[in-house]
Amino acid sequence: MAATTEIQAPRSGRIAPEYNRHGSSRGNFEMFAWLFMRVSGLVLVVLVFGHLFVNLMVGEGVHAIDFGFVAGKWADPFWQVWDLAMLWLAMLHGTNGVRTIINDYAEKDGTRFWLKAVLYAATAVIIVLGTLVIFTFDPCPPNAAADLLPSFCPAP
Amino acid sequence: MSKTPAGTLYRGREGMWSWVGHRVTGVAIFFFLLVHVLDTALVRVSPEAYNVVINTYKNPIMALLEAGLVAAIVFHAFNGLRVILVDFWKKGPKYQAKLLWGVIGLWVVVMVPFLIRHLTLAFTGGH
Ligand code: HEM
Ligand code: HEM
Repeated sequence: MAATTEIQAPRSGRIAPEYNRHGSSRGNFEMFAWLFMRVSGLVLVVLVFGHLFVNLMVGEGVHAIDFGFVAGKWADPFWQVWDLAMLWLAMLHGTNGVRTIINDYAEKDGTRFWLKAVLYAATAVIIVLGTLVIFTFDPCPPNAAADLLPSFCPAP
Repeated sequence: MSKTPAGTLYRGREGMWSWVGHRVTGVAIFFFLLVHVLDTALVRVSPEAYNVVINTYKNPIMALLEAGLVAAIVFHAFNGLRVILVDFWKKGPKYQAKLLWGVIGLWVVVMVPFLIRHLTLAFTGGH
């Protein structure tokens, strides 16, 4: 019989008050987090697959990656915005995913608190750093060997 | 008596294994991303610093690790789309197991050409 078991649809959308685990005070955060995972996932498919294709498949693939390659990409606002969106969405999506996993496995309140504190601190550092790198990037730093720089830099 | 029931609808079947795979790949990609943003940040230190570190990545072992990373993200992405279909498409829950076979099929279709191209580039071309 196991193979043909039918799963019945839940009969009621109403949750009896004794089973409602939290008051209205927590708001809809968990619902937004759930929705965010799905929406960001859809966008990340395009962003990450595009990133991997351009950096690994086109031309010489990984061999082409060096300072000049990055400078060439970030000279174009298109790739700046692309990388910025990918940075924020992937970090927030990944952080929320890891938060769920911590909630699942860390049973002690103290352990859960500290793991999440470390997680959020790491996320904040990486998002701020990654954003600064994109916007403060200098493709033609002074005193750098000219052969490492992109071709559009003025001759020293 | 054992507390774990044998032969439930979920345990040990497609639904459980796809969830395990989704979780493991998600965490792996997350830790990769932390390191990845740090190494990319070397472009702000100096062109030399960035190139030195990136060049140490250009070897056969790293090429295999990159292939593993891409395998993980392609699975996570396609299975994520499956999860979205299960949640939002009326027939999604009914077809969740078949959808997993679709995910695996698409994964093979993407990974085979990717591996051919990536490993050819990594093991033959370049400097
Ligand atoms: C082996 C595979 C990968 C390679 C070779 C690679 C290479 C690079 C390179 C060269 C850059 C510099 C800028 C650019 O090219 O756009 C970069 C930036 C970036 N990559 Fe990747 N990447 C890989 C995989 C990934 C994956 C899987 C993700 C997402 C989960 C990702 C997320 C990012 C982000 C967010 C940035 C911007 C960093 C910043 O803001 O400083 N990359 N990557
Ligand atoms: C490429 C496109 C991606 C798609 C379509 C996608 C989709 C999803 C979806 C729908 C979920 C929710 C699963 C659930 O609620 O059961 C999820 C969870 C998760 N994702 Fe992604 N994701 C993508 C990229 C990423 C990236 C780049 C990272 C890491 C930075 C990541 C890390 C995670 C983690 C850690 C979880 C939690 C897993 C769990 O709770 O078991 N995902 N993903």
